[in-house]
Amino acid sequence: MALYHFNQEGFEKAVNSGDLVMVDFWATWCGPCRMIAPVVEELARQYEGKAIVGKVDTDQEPALSMQLGISSIPTILFYKDGKEIDRKVGVMPAQAYTAVLDANL
Amino acid sequence: MYDIIVIGGGPAGLSAAVQARSRNRSVLIISGQERDVPLSQAGRVNNYLGMPGLSGRELIARFSTHAAQLGAERMEGRALSAMATSGRFLVAVGSEVAEGRALILATGVAHGPKYPGESEFLGRGVSYCATCDGMLYRGKPVVVVGASAQAPEEANFLQELGCQVTYVSRTRPEALQPSIDFVSAVRLEIVGDQQAAALRADGREIPCACVFLLRPSMAPADLMPGLALSGPYLQVDRDMATNLPGVFAAGDCTGLPLQISKAVGEGLIAGHRACDYLGNPPPPASNIC
Repeated sequence: MALYHFNQEGFEKAVNSGDLVMVDFWATWCGPCRMIAPVVEELARQYEGKAIVGKVDTDQEPALSMQLGISSIPTILFYKDGKEIDRKVGVMPAQAYTAVLDANL
Repeated sequence: MYDIIVIGGGPAGLSAAVQARSRNRSVLIISGQERDVPLSQAGRVNNYLGMPGLSGRELIARFSTHAAQLGAERMEGRALSAMATSGRFLVAVGSEVAEGRALILATGVAHGPKYPGESEFLGRGVSYCATCDGMLYRGKPVVVVGASAQAPEEANFLQELGCQVTYVSRTRPEALQPSIDFVSAVRLEIVGDQQAAALRADGREIPCACVFLLRPSMAPADLMPGLALSGPYLQVDRDMATNLPGVFAAGDCTGLPLQISKAVGEGLIAGHRACDYLGNPPPPASNIC
């Protein structure tokens, strides 16, 4: 399974690994989130072995979402070496995400 | 999965839907309530060929009935976002996602320019979707700028979630829960530092964690990234095709004159060309033309 579903602990572990990480913050009631879900799944397959791609359900992890300043969903965060390197808010074409991933491989 | 998704329930969108249904294509119209269509505000329309003297509401009711009688389906709400993926289009409406093979944009014109601070704080305390983002603001003060018929219901929903809601518009809507604070204002500005911190409404600051801007429709460029514009309008060719394959546009969103006849004519072309784009038509249905 290339796509991870993170709770707070799993999220921290992935980020602290220092690897390139992409995390999609979403919720079941959010149409735009459901719309980009297949894109995120595809990226998880495409970047398997190169980046950790995962999702956080903001409803399940409200404290983590608040701590990271998630104020609108979908929001996609990118991390490398344990630090946030980019964030994309709202629905964007897949290229917007691959551009960040490719630049940081 | 629909053959064609039409975004917008005004004359252009309904005309496109009628044409596509006449060619036996399945059609979903995504639109707010009828009173959000600008035509419904027109007291009397005298320049629509052969039907002078009707009110805007009567006209839009006739157009809607025509489309419904031909079997066009309808989803009430605001299309928030659209994207192309593997030969199909996905459109997010609140918590729903609609799927179609071609897209016709008939969104009308955005009502006025963006507010100062709107683009700057979008995604950082400015939201277009109460359904999506409301839960992130439970227990916090939020402002709803209500510019659509559906906005009072969305404000009520936010209050039910546990948000502390202040509703801002010109006049207090009847459907708004009496317990929701109301501020009448027209000059609006979103202010803050890293995040939106307040809405300035006619000079008065209303502190909040999020400003929900609820208009009848999204501007097409916000709806679907990558659409080419011509000034403030969508760029289209004689086939009403935009620069994105499978995406057509009609009506006020393509430019002047903002008139019913022009919208209906463009809707017809967009409907036909969207059917052409889909390829060989299904067998003709009887009695729907």
